[in-house]
Formats: sequence, structure tokens, C-alpha cells
Amino acid sequence: MAIIRYAKDNYDLEENQSVLDCLTHRGVALPFSCRSGVCQTCLMRATGGTPTEASQQGLKDSLRLQNYFLPCVCYPDTDLEVALPDDADAQAVIPATVKSLRLLNADIMHVELESHAQLDYRAGQFINLFQHQTLGRSYSLASVPHQDDHLHLHVRRLPQGRVSGWIHDELRPGQTVELRGPGGDCFYIPGDHAQSMMLIGTGSGLAPLYGIIRDALSQGHTGPIYLFHGSRDLNGLYLSAELRELMAHYANFNYIPCLSGDDVPAGYASGRAHDIAFEQIPSLKNWRMFLCGHPEMVRITKRKAFLAGAAMKNIYADAFNVSQPL
Amino acid sequence: MSQQESLYEQIGGEAAVNAAVDIFYRKVLSDERINAFFDDVDMEKQAAKQKAFLTMAFGGPHNYTGLDMRKGHAHLVARGLNDSHVDAVIEDLGATLRELGVKEELIAQVAAIAESTRNDVLSR
Ligand SMILES: Cc1cc2nc3c(=O)[nH]c(=O)nc-3n(C[C@H](O)[C@H](O)[C@H](O)COP(=O)(O)OP(=O)(O)OC[C@H]3O[C@@H](n4cnc5c(N)ncnc54)[C@H](O)[C@@H]3O)c2cc1C
Ligand code: HEM
Ligand code: FES
Repeated sequence: MAIIRYAKDNYDLEENQSVLDCLTHRGVALPFSCRSGVCQTCLMRATGGTPTEASQQGLKDSLRLQNYFLPCVCYPDTDLEVALPDDADAQAVIPATVKSLRLLNADIMHVELESHAQLDYRAGQFINLFQHQTLGRSYSLASVPHQDDHLHLHVRRLPQGRVSGWIHDELRPGQTVELRGPGGDCFYIPGDHAQSMMLIGTGSGLAPLYGIIRDALSQGHTGPIYLFHGSRDLNGLYLSAELRELMAHYANFNYIPCLSGDDVPAGYASGRAHDIAFEQIPSLKNWRMFLCGHPEMVRITKRKAFLAGAAMKNIYADAFNVSQPL
Repeated sequence: MSQQESLYEQIGGEAAVNAAVDIFYRKVLSDERINAFFDDVDMEKQAAKQKAFLTMAFGGPHNYTGLDMRKGHAHLVARGLNDSHVDAVIEDLGATLRELGVKEELIAQVAAIAESTRNDVLSR
């Protein structure tokens, strides 16, 4: 049986137990959110032994080489000595100043952050924002490097949500917060400028898509770009004016706001965003897809897009998984 | 005597597996006879497993033993996996290769490899 060594203590790993569960079950305070290898909030470093291959999937090479891994999906056969990333590390926590906070609609806050160190990121990737050392959450980047001065996040308030509640109610401009990242592979890759692109997002799932679209357009993407943004009612949509303006500027960009509730004024599509998308564009052969937001929407849509002809490698998705209770 | 090309090489090796995986997986997911078995699994992980399956069926390099096949499908046998489902998988596999223009005699060899695992897959 493998032994996990953390902060000078030894913990026996039980069968079929992840390193994260092994430590948190014994009362060690560690950050985590999705517990499924997606959000990277739980990132740790092996200071002795080798982490499993599966626990390093999706990490940047530079992190992999330094034995960083995700303990929530690490089931090792051999002993590991592990540590939280600290300030001396390459994956150090980066301080950032809150520049501005403004509501985009009743539930979604636009957060502008000025990172104290240069953050090398792509629009659509996510950062992990920490309320304190053991409480962090992932938020996608709606800003575009070289186009926007600061980092932009769209944070949706969840009922009793710890970090989103803190951002909405307690965070103030001028305050310093800590972040880590960036991570994720949901971003625009230049190369095939004429490829058709479909982006589907629900709620604050618009954040990465707004970044990706502006990134693609500024890099000279010429193929048609369709954005389907879904919400239940009019109050849930946001940035509509900006998106309509973008549409007026770029003939290849199409914005289709979708409302799934009963009250659908003229100019809005009636139904769920992904249903409308597949109705309007039934064949997705050679299309590039971006799917962000509600995990169930992302799961269903990924499969539908694939069955409608999109190649697996052309489907980029970020499910906004919320933390799973232990 | 010069060495004969293996089945895997004749089909096109890893490149053929990569070309086949999306087509095959799409067929499996659209196939009402078997798609329930593939319903609740992560798509990327599932695609990686399809690749393992295709490599094996194409006679390529793999480390799976009969016992692995038993263990790997036991939870599906418990859910009712039977001969008709294996038939369907082999049929979808053949259709995939036909779509890629692979010769019938090679398709028959691939089907025979898949066939040879039937009893293990069904835990018999
Ligand atoms: C890759 C990625 C990108 C993301 N990008 C964004 C983004 O751009 N914008 C955005 O708004 N969000 C995004 N998210 C989601 C975000 O990371 C957080 O999950 C979200 O903000 C909720 O965090 P919280 O701390 O506020 O809520 P939590 O405190 O984690 O709670 C989440 C929800 O679950 C409920 N809950 C929590 N614990 C329990 C329990 N024990 N029992 C029952 N219910 C419970 C809460 O009531 C709440 O409604 C992203 C997630 C991922 C994985
Ligand atoms: C015809 C012979 C078959 C062979 C050679 C075969 C081979 C394989 C292989 C190599 C894997 C990957 C195992 C791993 O790495 O974990 C696998 C997984 C899987 N197979 Fe098969 N298979 C066969 C038939 C079937 C059939 C008939 C079904 C269902 C209709 C099926 C459903 C699955 C599923 C769902 C998985 C993934 C299991 C999981 O995610 O846990 N297989 N198979
Ligand atoms: S990646 Fe481990 S908690 Fe999300």
C-alpha cells in the first residue's frame, strides 16, 4: 500500500482512494473544486516519488516536468511526498489588484484584475482565483492579451456560493487578490482562418466565448462565426449591445441570443441555445466548436456536435463544474 | 525471404487508427443496439479507449490479455452485454473500414481478431 507524505506526516492511501481524498479525509485543509481533474484548483507538487501519468494530463509541460500533478485524480501505487505550490515555485501565486467591479446583469459581475506579474495567457483560458490559500475557484478569461489592459472575468453569483458570493459582496476595487494559472485549452488557435466556427454558451459561459471571438476576429479570422448565447429570460443575457456592435463591424460574425423561457420578444430566438444552434446548422462537418457553461449543456452538446459531424479534435469545451461536496 | 507486412501495417498503422476512431465512435454512438453501453462515459476518455480497441482489432501492438478483456467488460456483462452486441460492434467496425476504403480481405481478418475475443468479452 502506498504512503502519502505531506507536511512531515504520513498517511496510508486506501484502495481506490485519490491522494486528495486521502489527505482531506484526515482533515488536511487543501484547495479543490471539481474533484475530477478539470479545474486545476487542487494542483500540488510531488517533492518525492513520481505522480501518475493520468494526474498530469492537461497540465503544461513546464509544470509536468517539475512534477506538478492533480491529487484529485491521482491513484498511485508507490509512495509520494507531496506539497502545495509555494511562492518559490514556478507556479507561484500571482498577486493582482482589483481595478473595477461592475454588474453586467443582476447575477453576473464583471471583474477587472491587474496582475502584478505578466500573465502569459490566451483568451478563453481560465485562472484560479483564491479567496484564501485553501479556497480557490476557476474563472475564464474574457479579455484578450494585447487588446485589453487587464484581466476580465464574468462571475455569476451562485446561491450560497462561497467564492462567487465573496466576489459579489466583499471584494472592493483596490484590494489585492491571489491567482494562479492560466490553464485549459479552450482558446482560438490561428491557422485555419476560413474555418466555420460555432460557439455555444449559457450564462457566464459567455466569458471565454467573448474573449475567443474577439481574439479570432483580431487575428483575421474570415470564416463564419456563430455565437449562440442562452438564458432563460432577457435579464440573463448580457453584453448584447457590444455583441451587436461587433456584428455590425464584422460581416462574418453572427450573434444569436436565445431565450428558453416563455417571454421571447422579437429579435430573440426561442428555445435552448444548443437546440437552436443545431436547428440552424444541422451539419457540422469541418466546423470548430466551442462549448462553455452549464455542465449538462456542455456534455449533451459535445456529443450532439460530434454526431453532427464535428471531429473530436475540433471540439473545445469548458464545463463550469461547481465543487462536489465530499 | 523478405518479411511480410503485418495486418496492422497493411491497414495503415497508427494513422489508420486515428482516421478510423471518429468514424467508428460516431457509428457506435448512433447505433441504437449498443449506444446505451457508451452513454454515461466521458467522451475523451472513451475515444482513447476506442483507439485501444481499434489498435487491438487491427492487429497492432497492445498489452491486453484475455483477463483484461474479462475485467474490462464485466460491468457491461452485468448490464446484459451479449452476443448480439458483439455482432453489432463487429458490424460497425466493418462499416468503418469500408468507409475508409480498406479491402474486404483485410476487413475479414480484422473481424476475425475481434471475434477471437468474444468469449473473454462476454466472460464465458
Ligand atoms: C474550467 C472552469 C471555468 C469556469 N469559469 C467560470 C466563469 O467564467 N464564470 C463563472 O461564474 N464560473 C465559472 N466556473 C465555475 C466556478 O469555478 C465556481 O465553481 C463557481 O463560481 C461556484 O463557486 P462558489 O465557491 O461560489 O460556490 P460553492 O461554494 O463551491 O458552491 C457551488 C454551489 O453548490 C452548492 N453547494 C456547495 N456545497 C454544497 C454542499 N455540501 N451541499 C449542497 N450544495 C452545495 C452551493 O449552494 C452553490 O450553489 C468555472 C469552472 C470551471 C471548472
Ligand atoms: C468485439 C470485441 C471487443 C474488444 C476486442 C473490445 C476491446 C476493448 C478495449 C481494448 C477496451 C479498452 C479497455 C481499457 O483500456 O480500459 C474496451 C473498453 C470498452 N468496451 Fe470493449 N471490446 C469489445 C466488445 C465490446 C462490446 C460488444 C461493447 C458494448 C456494446 C463494448 C463496450 C466497451 C466499453 C463501454 C468500454 C469502456 C469501458 C469503461 O470506460 O470502463 N466492447 N473494449
Ligand atoms: S482538478 Fe482537482 S479539484 Fe479540480
